This record gives sequence, C-alpha cells and structure tokens, in this order.
Amino acid sequence: MSEAKSPDTLVTQPDRGHSPDTQTGDSGPIYDTIIIGAGMSGIAAGIRLAYYDQRVCILEKHYTIGGLNSFYRLNKRDYDVGLHAVTNFTEKGAKKGPFSRILRQLRFKWEDFALAPQRRSRIAFPEIELHFTNDIEQLTAEIGQKFPHCVDRWQRLVGSITDYDDLDQAAFEISARQRLEEALGDPLLINMLLCPLMWYGNPREHDMAWGQFCIMFRSIFLEGFARPYRGVRLILKNLIKKFRALGGELKLRHGVAKILTENGWAIGVELENGNRIYGKRILSSAGLVETLRMCDQTSEPDPRMAGQMSFIESISVLDRQPEELGFADTIVFFNDSPDFHWTPPADELCDVRTGVICSPNNYDYDLQEGQLPEGIIRLTTIASFDRWNKLDEATYRREKFRWYDRSVASCVRFIPDFRPHVIDIDMFTPTTIRRFTWHENGAVYGAPDKKLDGTTHIPNLFLCGTDQGFVGIIGAMMSGISMANQHCLKD
Amino acid sequence: MAPEEIRQAIIEILEDIAPDEDLSNLDDSVSFREQMELDSMDFLDIVMELRKRYRVQVPEEDYPQLASMDSTVKYLEPKMVNVAV
Repeated sequence: MSEAKSPDTLVTQPDRGHSPDTQTGDSGPIYDTIIIGAGMSGIAAGIRLAYYDQRVCILEKHYTIGGLNSFYRLNKRDYDVGLHAVTNFTEKGAKKGPFSRILRQLRFKWEDFALAPQRRSRIAFPEIELHFTNDIEQLTAEIGQKFPHCVDRWQRLVGSITDYDDLDQAAFEISARQRLEEALGDPLLINMLLCPLMWYGNPREHDMAWGQFCIMFRSIFLEGFARPYRGVRLILKNLIKKFRALGGELKLRHGVAKILTENGWAIGVELENGNRIYGKRILSSAGLVETLRMCDQTSEPDPRMAGQMSFIESISVLDRQPEELGFADTIVFFNDSPDFHWTPPADELCDVRTGVICSPNNYDYDLQEGQLPEGIIRLTTIASFDRWNKLDEATYRREKFRWYDRSVASCVRFIPDFRPHVIDIDMFTPTTIRRFTWHENGAVYGAPDKKLDGTTHIPNLFLCGTDQGFVGIIGAMMSGISMANQHCLKD
Repeated sequence: MAPEEIRQAIIEILEDIAPDEDLSNLDDSVSFREQMELDSMDFLDIVMELRKRYRVQVPEEDYPQLASMDSTVKYLEPKMVNVAV
C-alpha cells in the first residue's frame, strides 16, 4: 500500500474535473463522511460528525429509517420491529454507564428518550424461576434463596463484572461458559444466567464470548430495562431530527451497489441507480460481509461469517391489558429444560423450547402518558434462516401461521394463557428481517466475530453497527459514536 | 484571549459536555478526571469544541496537557492569544 495516496488529493479531482463544491449531475458535493445505513449506529455517528461541522450524508436502502430497530404500521396499529426493551437504563442524573455517555455525546437531555423503567422480569426454567428488576439486589436475593450454596460466589462474580472495564480483544474472546463454570460451578444457575444474556445479544452459537457476557450482564442486570411509551419511533424521531438540524443529509431509497476505490482508497459509492456520490471516507453499518461485498473483492465472502442466529417474532394484540389476565411481568425468558440450547434449529424451521415474552404494556409509564391502548404480547423464538428461505410462497404463509401457534403454545406454559383474547396477530421471520435490513441470514445480532476496531482492508472505510461492536439500541448508538470519534473526527 | 477568558471558555465547554456537573467548586490545580466524571470521549469533546468554537487545533499528542484547568489554560494561552472573546 506504499503508493496509496491520501484520499483527499484523489477526490478533489473527480472524473470530470469540477471543483468539489460546484459539481453537478450524478456526483454532487464531496462529503467528509458517507454513512451507509440509517439505523441507530449510522444516525448516531452522523450526529457526532454533523455536530462538528462535517458534511455528512447517510444513505439508506429502505424507504424508512431504523434498520434492525425500525417500526411499521399494519391494520392501523403501530408496531416496533425489534424493540422489547432498551437496556442500560440508568436514572436521571447518573453519570456513569453507556446511556449517560450517549446522552452527553449526542447532546440529548435524559427526558428526550422518555424511558419508563420495567416493572419486573423473570427467568423461567422448569420448576424454578429467578425474578429480577433494575435493582441487582433483587436478583441477588433470589439467588440467595434458590441457590444458597452459590450466593457468595455470585457476589464475587458481580463484583468482578462491575469492575471490568473495556476488555481487550484477547480477554473478550474467553469462553463465558468456562469462566462461569469456574466462578459459579452450578450448571443450572449458569444456564439461567446465560439464557437472558444470550437472548438479548449473543451472535454466537452454544457459547458466548466473555466480553460480550460482561457487557450484556451490566446492561441488563446492573443497569436495566426501560422503554419509551411511544416505542422506538420516539428515539429514532429525536435522533433524525437532531441530525437534520445540524445540517446532515439523509437519503432514503438510496441503496449502495458498490464502494468505489482508487489506489486502494475509498473515494465514494455507486448507488443501485448508477449515480455516484463522493466522500473522503465511508462508515458502513451494512455489516462486515455485506460491506466487503460492496468492495471489489476477488473472492466472495463466506455468508456464514455473518452469523446464524435468527428469530421469528410472534406478536399478539389482546382485547385487554395483559395484567388483567394475570400477566404483570415485563419480560420473561423461558426455557423448558435444565439445558439451554442456543443454536439454530437442527431439523425444523424453529426451535420453540426457549423464547422471550415481552409485554410493552408492563412498564411503569408516566401517569400523564397512561397505558398503551391495547394489550400486546411479543414472543421471540429461534429460527433457521436457511430453512425459511427455502420455502415457496404458499408454504411460507402456511408455516408462519403454524409456527405462530406452536411458539405461542410453548410460551403459555410459562405465562397465563392469553390465546382466547387475541384479536390480531403479526409475525416476522428471518427472511422478513433480511428483506428489510439486508443483513445476511437475517442475523439479528450480526457476526459472531466482531470487528471491534472497525477497520477494514481499505484505510478510509470503517465499520459501525452490529458487526463492529455492541448490539441493541444503546450498543448500536455507542458503536456509531465511538467509530465516528475514533476514525472520522480526528483529522 | 486573556487567561481568565480562556478559563471561562473552558467552563462553558464543560457545561455543555457535562451539564449535570457542578463546576462552581472546581479546583483549577486538580485534574478534571479527579473532580468530574469525564471519560476519554469527553476529553475528545473538549478538543473538538475548541476547534469548533475557536478554531484552535490540539494535536492528539498534546491531549495530556488538558488534564487540569491550570494546565489547560497554560497550554492554550499562546494558541489563543489572538482569539477574540
């Protein structure tokens, strides 16, 4: 790469020789940063860069924003795509933790996200349950009661995770199962702890990276769950409003076909419609494999690198509040045997032995906002992208209803049977996720191997989002912010 | 800018970066880190705000100079001598 020149000298003289700011036609202005994808990470990065006076353009393939955390409207009802809970909740005034960091970095007030805390959640295994709230002492008390022989070890574990600061890649990669075996020793307790943490953010099969475990542990057990009354819309609306107010440009229905390079440097992108947009650097939230595919790679990247963990989501609208049916928990993580299997289903479309049940009604909303108008129960279970992807249209429709029934039948073993009260349903599958996010395999938590430093083989092309760093709404925003800070601001 | 004006400029930046901090009792000789919850991202913001507001460039190798108020003002004095208030 010794002959590679800085991109600035290349892009100031694009093909037709116009000066950068007066270009017209398909090339337009030269952006300081082009961001691929208007999800949480891309918009958060965009805010950082636009705030510091960069010329930024976010290119989004879909007709709306949000990526893996989007929203939609169906039968006159508003739905969230991914959101069960925002993790990392801390009360107003907290100075530590990712949530307050995001507020500071993006210059938001705590009130802007209007987060209402969870009531209580539950990890449900056969004949044993652990309840937890946003106060870790509740979980410690439960463990003291149900696993008295482990409680001292548990407290030491909590202490070590509280102290843990950002791990280097080597410590990050240690097996969580092995670390927990040493730290706790009780296989049932280990599985009960892994269940919610894997459910809310483990891209790997079977095991979890220790670093990912610690991040998830803090975000869920030490910080906590919350949700804005208006769901993910509110967060996205506030993010994009800020981005635009700072002069950022958002182009929807602008899918990137190709990343253009010259002498080994990225100089811009070619859109699916053939137009070109030029920039000094590119920050892509499209995913690692997906981004590499946009470059002129000689070999096709292996799609398995993109991760295999995908899900179906079965959403039920009820004729009453879940609480009236005796269901007052915010989130229930269930698993129907002492073993916890975290792999794509081996020979069926879905695996409904384990799942997550969430009722957006069961948050402590502000009295002024009141309660959501309708009862909603969301249920996530494991699914195989490959199997869903092979179905023809008619079979696909039939299987969707079949697996709605089977997943709900599995979950009502752990919560009151709400089925007589269902007035509407919706459902999405791994192929739905891919259709709207273009993430390979519909892999919700991205690649098993994260590219934590965000770099690629091209020196001015960087990654952010689910394949770079952390998952969930807070993780995604942190990813966008930290990659913008590290790679796009300091020049 | 005179040293006292530079100090005020830094206070204003800190107020924006960390709106929840009480800066009235800030000890200028003690590091920011010891008195406030500032992480490396916040320090980057001090640098970026200086650039945005006053067009002052602080190269990365000089970041340690911004440890306390005293050291920051001392470091910025020659750089900001011609900056208008």
